[in-house]
Amino acid sequence: MVQGRIYPALFTMEKTSVLSLNNLSKRFGSVLANDAINLTLKQGEVLALLGENGAGKTTLMNMLFGHYVPDSGSIDVADETGKMHPLTLGHPQAALDAGIGMVHQHFTLAENLSSLDNILLGSESLFSWRHKRKKARKKITAIMQRTGLSAPLDEKIGQLSVGERQRVEILKALYHDAKILVLDEPTAVLTPNEADTLFENIAAMTREGLSVIFISHKLHEVLAFSQRIVVLRHGKLVGEIITADANERKIAQMMVGADTPATPRQAMPPGAPVLDLKSLTIKGENTRNSLYDADLCIHSHEIVGIAGVSGNGQSALARVISGLITPNSGSISMNGEKLTRFTPPAMLKAGVGRIPEDRHHDGIIGAMSVSENLIIERLSDSDVQTYGFLKQHNIATHAKELCAAYDVRGPGIESAVRLLSGGNIQKLILARVFESSPHLILANQPTRGLDLGAAGEVARRLLEARRDGAGILLISEDLDEVLALADRVFVIHNGHLTIAHNKDRTTIGLMMAGEKAC
Amino acid sequence: MLRIEPRESPSRWWTLGVPIASALLALLLAAIPLAFAGANIFEGYRQMAKGIFGSTFAFTEMLTRATPLIFTGLAVTLAFRAKLWNIGAEGQLYLGAMAAVIVGTGMIDAPPFILIPIILLAGASAGAVGMAGPAYLKTRFGADEVVTTLLLNFIILIFLQMMLEGPLKDPMGMGWPQSKPIVDDGILPQLLPRMRVHAGLIIALLAAVIAHIMLSKTVWGLKLRAVGENAAAALHAGIKVKRTIIGAAIVSGALAGLAGVGEVTGLRGYLTTDLSPGYGYTGIVVAMLAGLSPIGVVISALFIASIFVGADSMSRAMGVSSYLADLVVAMSLICVLVGGFVARYRITRTGKGDV
Repeated sequence: MVQGRIYPALFTMEKTSVLSLNNLSKRFGSVLANDAINLTLKQGEVLALLGENGAGKTTLMNMLFGHYVPDSGSIDVADETGKMHPLTLGHPQAALDAGIGMVHQHFTLAENLSSLDNILLGSESLFSWRHKRKKARKKITAIMQRTGLSAPLDEKIGQLSVGERQRVEILKALYHDAKILVLDEPTAVLTPNEADTLFENIAAMTREGLSVIFISHKLHEVLAFSQRIVVLRHGKLVGEIITADANERKIAQMMVGADTPATPRQAMPPGAPVLDLKSLTIKGENTRNSLYDADLCIHSHEIVGIAGVSGNGQSALARVISGLITPNSGSISMNGEKLTRFTPPAMLKAGVGRIPEDRHHDGIIGAMSVSENLIIERLSDSDVQTYGFLKQHNIATHAKELCAAYDVRGPGIESAVRLLSGGNIQKLILARVFESSPHLILANQPTRGLDLGAAGEVARRLLEARRDGAGILLISEDLDEVLALADRVFVIHNGHLTIAHNKDRTTIGLMMAGEKAC
Repeated sequence: MLRIEPRESPSRWWTLGVPIASALLALLLAAIPLAFAGANIFEGYRQMAKGIFGSTFAFTEMLTRATPLIFTGLAVTLAFRAKLWNIGAEGQLYLGAMAAVIVGTGMIDAPPFILIPIILLAGASAGAVGMAGPAYLKTRFGADEVVTTLLLNFIILIFLQMMLEGPLKDPMGMGWPQSKPIVDDGILPQLLPRMRVHAGLIIALLAAVIAHIMLSKTVWGLKLRAVGENAAAALHAGIKVKRTIIGAAIVSGALAGLAGVGEVTGLRGYLTTDLSPGYGYTGIVVAMLAGLSPIGVVISALFIASIFVGADSMSRAMGVSSYLADLVVAMSLICVLVGGFVARYRITRTGKGDV
């Protein structure tokens, strides 16, 4: 299989299955990440796998590639003759041997090695490496000619553009004789021109008999370049459609679901403005961390939801309201007063309670005790300290009360927070935030990774705070959550905030994908 | 194949037992080089014990050795707790000693109860400045403090040589590169007659207690620990991270400076470039062996000092090299590091081929 066509046998067997996933399930703790997924991939086909973040796409592909062992189910892969064989689960090497190649969103290349060496790395024995280079170069050149994928083989990866690096990754998979190629959000890092080139290459590869699974959020790409679309939501396969029969509205509907969950929310007239952002601009190092000309007003007794696919400027918005960055232009007012200092203490003083997105990274200090973590935001308060000495007794009593009130369960208030479960850590953060009765609550992905019980508790607390007069900025990738909780919904895309005039899922789904609302 | 995974909660037995077990293991392993040196192993251990507990003088010598180690151990502990890797205690020790010599050799004429505090303050300040610099470079420009503090040690030592050949040189010193002697009123009092152990030990023990209280009972200590454990979360919670790091640096440098003051004003009486046989570096071992606990530092400093003094006496009595002491100290550090790893991670055997 070194020279000539790579897929001679497959080429003669148009439209047969090359891969079938049978009843794959995977559970992480109380979260069912994949629920009995059945999927087949035809030879020479581009299959698009769509779904919101956390829908289970990555889990599914990690099971296919042997990174995770499924709890139940099996995977069959066709050999060169087209006969299906069960794949040994949980072994990346078995997946590689069966001809499954994966190109991750974040490249796995060594920057200080040449493209050629990177392609060889991992597949060739290090001892005979030098001798095989010549042979390998010949094979790679042949692949490049057939597929149109081009990359400078002798340049170091560090000097290549992102598009070129991606082509090296794909070449690496093809060099391993991949028959099935999984591309995880391949265009996320590419410029539009590079993306077009990529799709031309993919088309050439599928003509050669390669089958491609293509993970994406972007509806227009999926519609233009795939033959079949499969949609995952909450770990379930919820829809499958031939691309020719699909349109954006249909897919968006499948992605976000049609059912509106019951809202336990009472109608409530909004009060006075709490937070007022006026043409706020934050220029991050890329669009993921930028926000352009954002206008947003949040009133008391109001929850404003920000929907959007992650990496569209949510973090810039959250970081500025947390006091971690200073905006480049525009203004932020709290309760009618314009803020001049953008530091965490200044924000706390202005009455902003912050529930951070990454609770382990920003929310808690894992090695420190529950009681210490509960007072960490108000170390200058007189009930916590006198003349710099901690009032240990007060702190312990305070911790016991809060843990009881917010049902934080763990080994005890003096034990390290790291020993608590994710849900209990989030409850601890809620306790810390709500205790100070903030005027504004920034809830950034407040239920991410939580089981249903803990997520329900978070929602209940947010609604309670709304009733008590707080304004709440809810940033979430979970559209169901935004729709269930928010009074008004904004969509964030590429750093731009746009109001959604009605809470229609399909319209919002389209806006999240960057399409103009119709 | 072996699988390494973190233990959910390192048990109390492990965290307490590991330092003790590694200290004992290091002592046991010392038998190997001892045997290579051709000595009787049991006689070696006996001589070692005799060198530590054999007489009042031997025991006080051990305490004298432990004094600077408590200071440098505390200096390293406070810095490391803030994840500020102060490798420069050696240099800060010499800065403290230099400051002590500058104010304590006749510049100020005052009774002991005024002069001694002034000397201590001067030495602590000099050490603090010596560590504040690298901390500022770290917080302002992101300069790696491991590199800056380590290299500063050599700069300070060479600077000291220059000073001892120049402005600080004792005109009565027969041409030796040494400073003028500390005036009598500036000398730290002896604790016992005819023994070398001095009031520096009391100050060191006091410093350990104060450091313990500051770390566990004050807002300052809570902030320092928070920054050390998770700087991102500390920043998010409104703690001024940079200020906290610089604060830790100042206290750490001051403690290392006090080690130098104690050696000059309590033991030697004048300053030379061989004041410290690497107390600053050994302070790192002391701190790690103590699990970065201030009270533990006292115990581990006593242990390390015992090794040094015991090995000295053994080498004199049996004619083996006194470098054995360095060997045991180094081995105990390695044992602690390995032991700490075992305490934090569980190593399990898995079937072949499992990854």
